[in-house]
Amino acid sequence: MSTSELEARRVVLGFQDAEDLGPPDLPTQPVPLNMGPSHPAMHGTVRMVLEVQGERISSADIQIGYLHRCFEKESEHATWTQIFPYTDRLNYISPMLNNVGYAMAVEKLLGIDKAIPERAQFIRVIVGEVSRISDHLTCLGASAMELGAFTVFLYALKAREWLFELLEEVCGARLTSSYCRIGGVAYDLPDGFDAKLRDIIERTRVVLSDISKLVERNRIFRDRMDGIGIITKEDALAYGITGPVGRSTGLAYDVRKDHPYLVYDRFDFDVPVGSVGDNFDRFAVRVEEMYQSMRILDQALKMIPPGPVVVADPRISLPAKSETYNSIEAMIAHFKIIMDGIHVPPGEVYSFTEAGNGELGFYIVSDGTGRPWKCRVRPPCFAATAVLGKVLPGLFIADIVPTFGMINMIGGECDR
Amino acid sequence: MGFLDFATTKIEAAANWARKFSLFQYPFVTACCGMEFMSVAAPKYDIARFGAEFPRFSPRQADLLIIVGTITERQGPALRRIYEQMCEPKWVVAFGVCASTGGFYQNYSTMPGADQAIPVAVYIPGCPPRPEQVLDGLIMLQERIQRGEGHNQIVIANEKAAAKAQKLGIAYDVPATAIRPRIEASKG
Amino acid sequence: MAQIVLDRLTAEFRGGEILQTGSQHGNEWARVRRDAWVKVATFLRDDPATKMEMFIDLTGVDRFSTEPRFDVVLHLYSVSLKHRVRLYGGCPENDPTIDSLCGVWEGANWYEREAYDLYGVRFKGHPDLRRILMYPEFVGHPLRKDYPKEKRQPLVRRSQVEAGD
Repeated sequence: MSTSELEARRVVLGFQDAEDLGPPDLPTQPVPLNMGPSHPAMHGTVRMVLEVQGERISSADIQIGYLHRCFEKESEHATWTQIFPYTDRLNYISPMLNNVGYAMAVEKLLGIDKAIPERAQFIRVIVGEVSRISDHLTCLGASAMELGAFTVFLYALKAREWLFELLEEVCGARLTSSYCRIGGVAYDLPDGFDAKLRDIIERTRVVLSDISKLVERNRIFRDRMDGIGIITKEDALAYGITGPVGRSTGLAYDVRKDHPYLVYDRFDFDVPVGSVGDNFDRFAVRVEEMYQSMRILDQALKMIPPGPVVVADPRISLPAKSETYNSIEAMIAHFKIIMDGIHVPPGEVYSFTEAGNGELGFYIVSDGTGRPWKCRVRPPCFAATAVLGKVLPGLFIADIVPTFGMINMIGGECDR
Repeated sequence: MGFLDFATTKIEAAANWARKFSLFQYPFVTACCGMEFMSVAAPKYDIARFGAEFPRFSPRQADLLIIVGTITERQGPALRRIYEQMCEPKWVVAFGVCASTGGFYQNYSTMPGADQAIPVAVYIPGCPPRPEQVLDGLIMLQERIQRGEGHNQIVIANEKAAAKAQKLGIAYDVPATAIRPRIEASKG
Repeated sequence: MAQIVLDRLTAEFRGGEILQTGSQHGNEWARVRRDAWVKVATFLRDDPATKMEMFIDLTGVDRFSTEPRFDVVLHLYSVSLKHRVRLYGGCPENDPTIDSLCGVWEGANWYEREAYDLYGVRFKGHPDLRRILMYPEFVGHPLRKDYPKEKRQPLVRRSQVEAGD
């Protein structure tokens, strides 16, 4: 052991003879340990079959699939618009971002991705960033709770409640919104949305600063997060890890900056990139991303133009209710779209957006009917969970909790 | 037959009153409903005022199993094991429409409701249910606990009555619905 | 957009390994002969003009009525040069096997396990090919078009109480 390591051990352990506790100290045998599918510190349901020597993990087999709800098989039997509720339940802590990603993929196949009304694009950005803030708040709150900082959890959920109530005014549901439609969004923003969102942003800034004051310089929090669970940049590239986890390793890739979509190229915002790739980097990247999302929201609220919220093509968007009830053409158009589904021309496309966890891709194969032939989700946290099989060996059992929390594996997205 | 009538006595009523206001919950969280469960536990819709605040992180210390979110076929054995490990009397609440009936997932992997594997006392529909709906379901469960109508309570009462009847040499037929559920590996 | 990738592929592989190329909706794609799968993927990762360091996605498609029935679809991305490509490797129904890309990108491991689990495509050389989303007792490959959506294979059920018991 080096002198500095020894010093560190003395400071932490307070012993004079810290050398006596160096490895190998106690004889150990490999023991299989099961962190079962129902575990309080696992976000969602995943099983880890670990082999431990003493307290150190020697191998980790991560078994997912406990929430496999057959998104792809269900989409093959549903019309294009009926898939929106299924996309909500993928990354269920930021459902709007999934809706937007899927809508953009189908619009690309239809060829109308440049014809979406500008107001609809701004609305998609606004609700997407609100969802991103709620995603990061949930992740940080739950992880902090698992490390013992219960107050941080309550503060984060307090802020998330405000966002949920706002989204409920927009689309009627707190969590599973199904707000986007192919060609735009379902409804326009309600009156007073602007003032309410600005007020919530101010209050959320206060909450974030409270959270930072509570944990960022806390000795226990830092000891459990610093230097633990390091993912290298090479691993991020080999596994395809993007999003906050990927950026914490030093990989500077954000779909909003590198391949701007919707109206992201009009906003001025930064993308935080970490350097070490440990748990604390992932935490700090998420906190900073929330501040940047609030910056985008400020600018979007100033720049949003008036106008229609859905493309005015009767083969794609539903006609207005007054038309449907009063004219036969509109009623037939409504009937065809609901019963048959929108007829998307045959083809294949891969469309990608920046979701809460990274690059969310939709690979869609259409055979020309109103139902997809294949609708695949490329889940961002699938790759991050896969790399844990490489990162966990060598850590203590107690290190699994912050590492797994900061990866933000969402069962609905990983298992689909 | 007064002593075989398992309507609650005064002591039973007092015990049930205590049980309903101090539920030790084990949240079996799987999916999106977990987010609304967190909201119910959060300051605004506080579940603590109903006495059901602190989640016990082991089924052996819990008496209320809240099944939050979709149950897949793969989780069946884990769910069975958790139910068997709970202490009695125990109750099960199906939180969300996926745990109640499978929700809008009808496919090869989703169990159509948690009651395919274990008996459920209260079903809270919603996708996800609003926190007020959850609290309503919790109050409904508390009323059932007070009346002694939870499946496990009925099972225990019948077992006690059958044991007493056997001691006295009287015949007692336990009704079919009041037998302990056998949760076994599926044959199909 | 990523035409350079297709140009490099057709320039480098002249033995018929690249069966077809195309560009649709802004995505460039190439259909690769099955036995050249690893060779083409390694070339795309290492060639300085393409530099596809990032593995994005690997999945399967069941074409059902056309041959080859199963298409293994690979998406790659270059962070430095900012271009993407999609590769198709077709596997016939009577022999749904293809080489594994775990030696080229480690991340292909879980994606190939998923393609095996849901479509039944076997990856030669994969270190640990077993089911990932379904349980080991499951029989069949559910995302194939001939597997019925609602055919369940339950592991546990409550015993049905017979009337008159």
